[in-house]
Amino acid sequence: MSGHERRMSDVGKRALILKGGRVVDPSQNKDEVADVAIIDGKIDAIARGLAEGAAEYEVIDCGGLVVSPGFIDVHCHLREPGREEVETIATGAAAAAAGGFTAVCAMPNTDPVTDNQAAVGFVARQAQRAAMARVYPIGAISLGQNGVALAEFGEMVGAGAVAVSDDGKPVVSAQLMRTALEYARTFNIPVADHCEEPTLAFGGAMNEGIVSMRLGLKGIPAEAEEIMAIRDMLLARLTGGHIHLCHMSTKGSVALIRWGKEQGINVTSEVCPHHLSLTEDAVGDYDTHAKMNPPLRTAADVEALRGAVKDGTIDVIATDHAPHHYDEKEREFADAPNGIVGLETALAVNVTWLVKSRVITLPMLVERMSCTPARIFHLPGGTLKKGAPADVTVFDPAADWKVEASQFRTKGRNTPYQGMTLTGRTHVTVVDGRVVYRLAH
Amino acid sequence: MAPPPPPQSGTTPPASVVFDTRALNRTLRRMADEIVELNDGTDGLIIVGIQRRGVQLAQRIVSLIAEREKVTVPQGALDITLYRDDLQTVGPRPVVGPTIIPVDIDGQHVVIVDDVLYTGRTIRAALDELADFGRPRRIALAVVIDRGGRELPIAPDVVGKKMDVRPDQRVDVHVNELDGKDAVILAPRTPE
Amino acid sequence: MTAPLGKDLLGIEPLSPDQIQLILDTAEPFKEISERAIKKVPTLRGATIVNLFFEASTRTRVSFEFAEKRLSADTVNVAASGSSVSKGETLVDTARNLEAMRIDMVVIRHGASGAAHFLAHRIESNVINAGDGTHEHPTQGLLDLLTLRDHFKRLKGLKVCIVGDVLHSRVARSNIWGLQKMGAEVAVCGPRSLLPSSIKDFGVTVFDRVDEAIQWADALNVLRLQLERMQAGYIPSLREYNRVFGISRERLERARKDILVLHPGPMNRGVEIDSDVADGPFSVILDQVTNGVAIRMAVLYLLSGAKPELAEQAKGGQP
Repeated sequence: MSGHERRMSDVGKRALILKGGRVVDPSQNKDEVADVAIIDGKIDAIARGLAEGAAEYEVIDCGGLVVSPGFIDVHCHLREPGREEVETIATGAAAAAAGGFTAVCAMPNTDPVTDNQAAVGFVARQAQRAAMARVYPIGAISLGQNGVALAEFGEMVGAGAVAVSDDGKPVVSAQLMRTALEYARTFNIPVADHCEEPTLAFGGAMNEGIVSMRLGLKGIPAEAEEIMAIRDMLLARLTGGHIHLCHMSTKGSVALIRWGKEQGINVTSEVCPHHLSLTEDAVGDYDTHAKMNPPLRTAADVEALRGAVKDGTIDVIATDHAPHHYDEKEREFADAPNGIVGLETALAVNVTWLVKSRVITLPMLVERMSCTPARIFHLPGGTLKKGAPADVTVFDPAADWKVEASQFRTKGRNTPYQGMTLTGRTHVTVVDGRVVYRLAH
Repeated sequence: MAPPPPPQSGTTPPASVVFDTRALNRTLRRMADEIVELNDGTDGLIIVGIQRRGVQLAQRIVSLIAEREKVTVPQGALDITLYRDDLQTVGPRPVVGPTIIPVDIDGQHVVIVDDVLYTGRTIRAALDELADFGRPRRIALAVVIDRGGRELPIAPDVVGKKMDVRPDQRVDVHVNELDGKDAVILAPRTPE
Repeated sequence: MTAPLGKDLLGIEPLSPDQIQLILDTAEPFKEISERAIKKVPTLRGATIVNLFFEASTRTRVSFEFAEKRLSADTVNVAASGSSVSKGETLVDTARNLEAMRIDMVVIRHGASGAAHFLAHRIESNVINAGDGTHEHPTQGLLDLLTLRDHFKRLKGLKVCIVGDVLHSRVARSNIWGLQKMGAEVAVCGPRSLLPSSIKDFGVTVFDRVDEAIQWADALNVLRLQLERMQAGYIPSLREYNRVFGISRERLERARKDILVLHPGPMNRGVEIDSDVADGPFSVILDQVTNGVAIRMAVLYLLSGAKPELAEQAKGGQP
């Protein structure tokens, strides 16, 4: 307590103390039990005993819980505008908050595509109105995501876009990707690519391998991803641009990224929780809740991806949250759309399959889910340093809970984890000093 | 098989031999003679055994007739599984034996041979199946044991032995070809 | 044993060798029924069976129809079409509507792999897969096994090579599983662009040239080559396919005696198989058709479920 005084003028400003949690902030090499004081939407101090004599503060008891910089998801789909029956920015941001995310980046494959200043501004405003997790729009690379004409990166960034991507689709033309990487340098934003060679992958419904052969489904070979990953890295080397590889799923991709980093190429990449925990066997008897793109692959791929998360070859874990309507998923496997929701299960999946099994430590998980996403996408947050925005996640890394999709805040129910008991649960999510989510007891 | 009804009052008698080998063969010889007598000879006679043991018994009877009359009458086999009236309740029987009717039965005298006559439902099924093969001028029934307990109006024409068998007992005809011996045994019914 | 095959027949992969044996053995007496003057038994009298065919197929549908009618069941044919977008609703809604009319069994043929599973998990009626996409065609696999068994009197140790477009063939998959489970040795032969890349994981030998396959095999199962494969670029032309992989009389005569030729039909004469083979002494194609009805009768019979509530009423009914 010594050395720390509250000035009388502080009273009445928004003031919150997260008391007695294990504060894990890799950005400051911090891992200790302490209180975190938040004033006016900013981190004010981390020390023990802050809560004593602070009657005018709201105090949340975080004993037995972990207090970390808020999780940031650099890849999710919020469906608005165009498919509001499946998700809105408001429901998506609420789902994010329930999952412990203080910020998400929303991909532009909406209807219409978010490829201009007005559309980007719309997303930003909807997010502000929702007042849940922050939502940073990602603008399209090409108009309509048609892969032909460049969108106005500058205008979109001016309206709030933090990156550009044609995700949902790959950028097929190498020339267009080259131009995008060069042009994005002006605005210092990453170009995120969905790596999928379209002619190889065409018509594929799951990983090409022994399971697809047994089920009689056309498969997508690992090479469809790897061909584009290496292409993108070579173009990044040529242009000096920042390429961000979305949802990496294969062992081969990991090896290629390792090479790329050794070469000094400005490449970052993400992996999704489902690719760290499930294999193609999850398809079982044609379960469409195990259908997404890129598909679930083999155990060897899962193992390589986990190793890459551990050694930093893959920089961040992102959800690729992709809600779909029940009716859409309730059809023959080949016809069902790709995608699963993930905002509300990401923490638990990561804890269950990575931390509990000792692949990575808890501080490293926080790094992959918070510090590094902020850094590589140049976003505020990812740290609890003094003066940083008060985006904080409080979670219990040891709590077991049963996944029940009908209770999700997202409108989507398409999850392969339905009914499973996982470990790791968000208790409190704080955005800009406000509590936007609290676990009901 | 539907579970057996509860036993009647009194304890179930232990197993006993109804026919030993010689007795069974004597009975079969008499039955063969009666069949020929019923038909007034061997013309138009066809002996059809019901799977499974009826088939072996039919074979015996055909041999015995041949010994006496120097004529080998046609012999057939009938599997009535697909005609049972209780398929809906007990589901499919995995083992469906062969049905072989080697001659045209129209206008002929078919004698059905079976080991034990009880409720009569097997014979009912056999009659339905034979009707799908043609129209005999007469169908007769020969059984080694008539144990009573009829549930349908079916009556045998040639009987080896008529006996009263309690519902908690079973009577089995054993044939050498399948069971290693020729005998008829009366025994308590073991719960299935 | 009230449900020896369970509720549905969705494929051969889930069956045990005993179950396959059971189906083959049960088909024998059903063959005899098709030889009678009155080709009918009352076994499924009163049962309602719907043939739900989303893909046009005269031969399979007619074969099932004969099987159903010879068992005295009531048959309804529904020829549905589904656009690729609305197929999902069509399938579920059609099935639920039919179930509301109290049908006992559905025989389904559909263009999407997994369609039979999809249906079976959603309705209580028995579901029989008459071909789902490129996944399985179990009754075809079973009738092929029966045909081989009839001819060779065994399946164990038999060498069977499947020739053609294995990648897109549900008949191939069903055959591979059926043959392996019954102890036969299986090989495939075809252009590599028409074999799955993981084919080795299936435990089969791969021949690149059909002459080697013929040298090795006791029997060939020749698959139909579909025109679409050429149009989709998997092979350059039908003519080249016929030159390199076609089963011709000359090719067979260079082989051992008694090599059997099977074909699921319909045949592309002059493409994968020449007419003098199809109509020649090695061919058992017509036996396959005969066995098809018997196998389908056996399957329908074995799936027809017990109704336990009637068992109560039947107590005391002894044969």
